[in-house]
Amino acid sequence: MKLDSKIPQGPIDKKWSDYKNHIKLVNPANKRNIDVIVVGTGLAGGSAAATLAELGYNVKAFCYQDSPRRAHSIAAQGGINASKNYQGDGDSVYRLFYDTVKGGDYRAREANVYRLAEVSENIIDQCVAQGVPFAREYGGLLDNRSFGGVQVSRTFYAKGQTGQQLLLGAYSAMNRQIGRGKIQMYNRHEMLDIVKVDGKARGIIARNLINGEIERHSAHAVVICTGGYGNVFFLSTNAMGSNVTAAWKAHKRGAFFANPCYTQIHPTCIPVTGDHQSKLTLMSESLRNDGRIWVPKKMEDAVAIREGRLKPTQIAEEDRDYYLERRYPSFGNLVPRDVASRAAKERCDAGYGVNATGEAVYLDFASAIDRYGKEQARIHHLDENDAKLIYKLGKEVVENKYGNLFQMYEKIVDEDPYTTPMMIYPAVHYTMGGLWVDYNLMSTIEGCYVLGEANFSDHGANRLGASALMQGLADGYFVLPYTIGDYLANDIRTGKIPTDLPEFEEAEKNVRNIIDHLMNNKGTHSVDYFHKKLGKIMWDKVGMARNAQGLTEAMDEIAQLREEFYKDVKVSGTAESFNQELEKALRVADFLELGELFAKDALHREESCGGHFREEHQTEDGEAKRDDENFAYVAAWEYKGNPRESVLHKEDLVYENIKLVTRSYK
Amino acid sequence: MNLTLKIWRQNNAKEAGKMVDYKINNISPDMSFLEMLDVLNNELIEKGEDPVAFDHDCREGICGMCSLFINGEAHGPDRGVTTCQLHMRMFKDGDTIYIEPFRAKAFPVIKDLVVDRTAFDKIQHAGGFVSVNTSGNTQDANAIPIPKHDADRAFDAATCIGCGACVATCKNSSAMLFVSAKVSQFALLPQGKVEAADRVRNMVEEMDALGFGNCTNTGACEIECPKGISLENIARMNREYLKASIK
Repeated sequence: MKLDSKIPQGPIDKKWSDYKNHIKLVNPANKRNIDVIVVGTGLAGGSAAATLAELGYNVKAFCYQDSPRRAHSIAAQGGINASKNYQGDGDSVYRLFYDTVKGGDYRAREANVYRLAEVSENIIDQCVAQGVPFAREYGGLLDNRSFGGVQVSRTFYAKGQTGQQLLLGAYSAMNRQIGRGKIQMYNRHEMLDIVKVDGKARGIIARNLINGEIERHSAHAVVICTGGYGNVFFLSTNAMGSNVTAAWKAHKRGAFFANPCYTQIHPTCIPVTGDHQSKLTLMSESLRNDGRIWVPKKMEDAVAIREGRLKPTQIAEEDRDYYLERRYPSFGNLVPRDVASRAAKERCDAGYGVNATGEAVYLDFASAIDRYGKEQARIHHLDENDAKLIYKLGKEVVENKYGNLFQMYEKIVDEDPYTTPMMIYPAVHYTMGGLWVDYNLMSTIEGCYVLGEANFSDHGANRLGASALMQGLADGYFVLPYTIGDYLANDIRTGKIPTDLPEFEEAEKNVRNIIDHLMNNKGTHSVDYFHKKLGKIMWDKVGMARNAQGLTEAMDEIAQLREEFYKDVKVSGTAESFNQELEKALRVADFLELGELFAKDALHREESCGGHFREEHQTEDGEAKRDDENFAYVAAWEYKGNPRESVLHKEDLVYENIKLVTRSYK
Repeated sequence: MNLTLKIWRQNNAKEAGKMVDYKINNISPDMSFLEMLDVLNNELIEKGEDPVAFDHDCREGICGMCSLFINGEAHGPDRGVTTCQLHMRMFKDGDTIYIEPFRAKAFPVIKDLVVDRTAFDKIQHAGGFVSVNTSGNTQDANAIPIPKHDADRAFDAATCIGCGACVATCKNSSAMLFVSAKVSQFALLPQGKVEAADRVRNMVEEMDALGFGNCTNTGACEIECPKGISLENIARMNREYLKASIK
């Protein structure tokens, strides 16, 4: 099968409007006869479900949480990008497009990214109209801040809870449609297979998590918005329930999986404290607007700190190594995430880590507090030399900006980040890879669309901060509602899809077989035992730095672990009741397959780009070395019965509007 | 730390439940409360017993999925946090900890510590939105300036995570804090004012129909709310309701 990205012809700034002018439409009376299933209710799924229902389609929406409002988009902190240029600092659609492609290390599809930048402005308008309370200036207009990898302030925010506010906006739009009966909401349901009829996605098999019933749901199209697969690492900033199952089941039914190895390791997370750890907590990238990252310059200071003999505040300014400012003077602490993460690992590997495990660096707000304090003192004509007053005024400003994050840090670490620097370390956060989609956001299964983090399309090999929220809402509010109409226009005479077709029968049987196996296995170890083992293999050998030997080993070890899992996993309870162990087991089973494909993809990509760093491919000073001649393509994998046997399909990335150059933030 | 846990076990909504004792040893003060329960559950699974069901997801205090009534308090003894952010350093070696579900007529138990909070969603269906379609053709986001003070207060109200601690902690099982947070958010913004009267009427009507109690101003909800949602919101909702009633 040949990949066809279906990018419209014409100049890049005309593609989307021309496309919209020429697609087929479905008239309102016919929309009432068409059903669409949306799986996942985060920013992508929530916005898609609401918009499709507003247009008149019958929507069935599914989420595994007890309410659509709890999808993990809610945890996004920092903000959402849009090229409004409200600050007059030179922003434009083109710049947002350019920054995103460059930030992604030239591994994203130009046409999709340009469209994303184009609709970004509508998102802000739409959200304000919905009553999303963005941060404002005293004049009543919207405020912006700056994020990594860009030189303008284009990020809109609501304190450190932007994801929450945007998701509640989408949730409110959904609620309006649920109240009108246009969305049927299925809470506490998990999709366990996709059903294809005559090659087209026509439904799903879902498990009701409360009573364990296996249900068949049919529709004319299926939209997968189930987020990323970072939990393959066991420890990540994802929610405990975030999983790859829906995407993976679609993959096994024919949807190609693209660039699985592109993972974002976020530089500012709270470090791991022990084996009991169940998840990692992110400290928003927005903190890098004001926080300065450092480790001690002298090895003996680092050792003394680790042993508890020295406090960071006792280290003199000249004995601190602000390594990002040193290595990347033009972007400083605001380099992109992949660059900041690798730099932290480099310092810690060299022995300069600052916590007991040696895997932490400082994020220090002392100079920001001082700077803001002096500014306030000047504004209010107070004494700029009164250190106590300056601290108090500066602390107030910092508290206003990041108060909830500082509080979160203090509760977890039991230290006051206003007086002692925060400790941070990189952690798995986001996955740029995902199901392959064309310009219409359709996967290689006809009628199966994939939105948001679950697809691969917009962020290349590295995502810039505040772009995930933008993509989720762009896909759901402004892209899919057009592209799906063009497809559904052919279904106005199809009528309801019956659920007693043999295809539904087969898929349901498939699901029941896996569940039966897991329930009757009576092994010796819990699901978490295997998940932690998988996570360790992934972090050690498929993590921030990868090499051919480690990746080959990882593939074998994962395959072996998968075998052990099926032989020895123990799932308590029954399949016909509320059973959280069974839920986990079904998810981990899929992670154990994805992990192997992930390593295979990383092994085949003989270059370093964005979040994918191959130790064999680096410059003398340790920067990533891309190979555009051989690897400027999307790697889309076709399932062939076993992740190891997956077949590679290439979509060449053609850059007509941006020149490929070596990414430099120096 | 070594602890005794007294945990509510209940198979499903129809069967009766009871408190069951568990001993747990070697708990680190740096663990979160839910990680302590993970340890317990792993021990139960290895022993072939049924693990304790409890709701949780983001484990960073924002999704609102986790609940638990710990030693008689919603989200436990700490202030301004959800159960997933509660750490074991709040307890002492040898403590006995009582763990129960959020109890309210409108929140039936699903299993053990897991309750059904869909009543909250139903209240939102009745009016927790601004009726604007997602056409992308709305006016420019900066067309209507909003005083920073109003925007900030709307934001404060909007930070409610819908966990249900207010209902669980209220002696009347009232949902007034939850409902008033949404009513206030929209009442404070020009975009929400257009439908303010219908919104407050419909949401209050739905809240009453679902079996939540009334507010008697004890203020317990505000103290136990992990997000510090203010009682002022209830006052504002009452004003909005009165305004809507005499229109």
